[in-house]
Amino acid sequence: MRTIEVEQITQAIAKMCMEACYYLPEDVYAALVEGQKTEESPLGKDVIGQIIKNADIARNEDRPICQDTGMTVIFMEIGQDVHFVGGNIVDAVNAGVAKGYTEGYLRKSVVAEPLFNRKNTTNNTPAVLHTSIVPGDKVKIKLAPKGFGSENKSELKMLVPADGVAGVKKVVLDTILHAGENPCPPIVVGVGIGGTMEKAAILSKKALLRNITERNEHPEYAKLEQELLELINKTGIGPQLGGTTTALAVNVEWYPTHIAGLPVSVNISCHATRHAEVEL
Amino acid sequence: MTEKIRITTPLTEEQARKLKAGDSVLITGTIFSARDAAHKTMVEALDRGEKLPIDWQNQIVYYLGPTPAKPGNPIGSAGPTTSGRMDAYTPKMLEQGIKAMIGKGSRKPEVVEAMKKHGVVYLAAVGGAAALISKCIKKYEVLAYPELGPEAVAALEVEDFPAIVVIDSEGNSYYEEGQKPYRRL
Repeated sequence: MRTIEVEQITQAIAKMCMEACYYLPEDVYAALVEGQKTEESPLGKDVIGQIIKNADIARNEDRPICQDTGMTVIFMEIGQDVHFVGGNIVDAVNAGVAKGYTEGYLRKSVVAEPLFNRKNTTNNTPAVLHTSIVPGDKVKIKLAPKGFGSENKSELKMLVPADGVAGVKKVVLDTILHAGENPCPPIVVGVGIGGTMEKAAILSKKALLRNITERNEHPEYAKLEQELLELINKTGIGPQLGGTTTALAVNVEWYPTHIAGLPVSVNISCHATRHAEVEL
Repeated sequence: MTEKIRITTPLTEEQARKLKAGDSVLITGTIFSARDAAHKTMVEALDRGEKLPIDWQNQIVYYLGPTPAKPGNPIGSAGPTTSGRMDAYTPKMLEQGIKAMIGKGSRKPEVVEAMKKHGVVYLAAVGGAAALISKCIKKYEVLAYPELGPEAVAALEVEDFPAIVVIDSEGNSYYEEGQKPYRRL
């Protein structure tokens, strides 16, 4: 049994909120640089150039890459031999978000209730927290500030087995075409296939937190990722005003599913695909 | 890239009608921020027959909710938000005399119709280039609805704010025009 003070979680999360919002991950930055080279539209090249310059300014001056510093999504893998002490772990997570968003001059974009009153909570809490229990005595935290320009353009479809690969490709393509230039392309696309309705949605979010240079370990899914990327880059949407760099990468995650089902979730992330990771 | 057109605020209908889809512009002067909650509040006020807190005649609206300013800076990061969410309120707001809107993404046909009627242009700034854009904002002053936090209506003094005309007052769309040559499905 390993004891961890929840205050340590609070501090780690506060730091990750700020770092994720200021520093574009290297994998995404490198893909933008590469995209600028291969982009066929001159205006598209110029737009990617501005996006790169923006990321440089944000990194050098500790400024948010985007004014939408998102709703904070956290995946926490908790070792089964960990014992949290010193308070409630969920409260500690939210205290970290509040601290990070307040001290980091990040925008508070969360309303306390979605439909009737929509009053801002003024500290960006609560986070959307996904926990899982894993072997060992470590705690791994992955954090993604998720902007809603792209979140709003995400879709989930319950396909049937007969829809197959063609059906999955159609769901992804239709989602991207419907999203158009709205989600701030070049985008990163997370696709979750299988499980149940909510499992597919969570998988698609998890897919966005994977390094975009890494392909799925399963060769057929890795091939699907590549094919989907090529398809998306034929839409012409490009870096907002037209071009060939609509997406930087497609990450697919999958899970076993029911004999009657083929759930597909498509979660879109803008060019500011921000994430931070820490192991305690 | 084409030659950039310099515009200063306020913007008259005659000036707005001269701008064409695809034109690159640099805006200098005062523009006003308003996004979801401010639009809802303003349109509800109009429906009750009340006066709006600012006069929108010949003004430019920027769909923006910035991050808080760090000490020593006039504003935090300040890029455009998705304009489509304002579509439900836009025709009514254009009746107030707005001559240009700055945001990102597509607009509904009813918005384009209202733009044609009132001689309004829709400009796009690069979505997500918020740190870069903030460099041309010299002053940020909340004018109304401070309780809305980042969604408050504010006056922004801008210098050479870069944008592209994506829908002009005749309804031509540069998104469609720009994307078509690269569509290979």
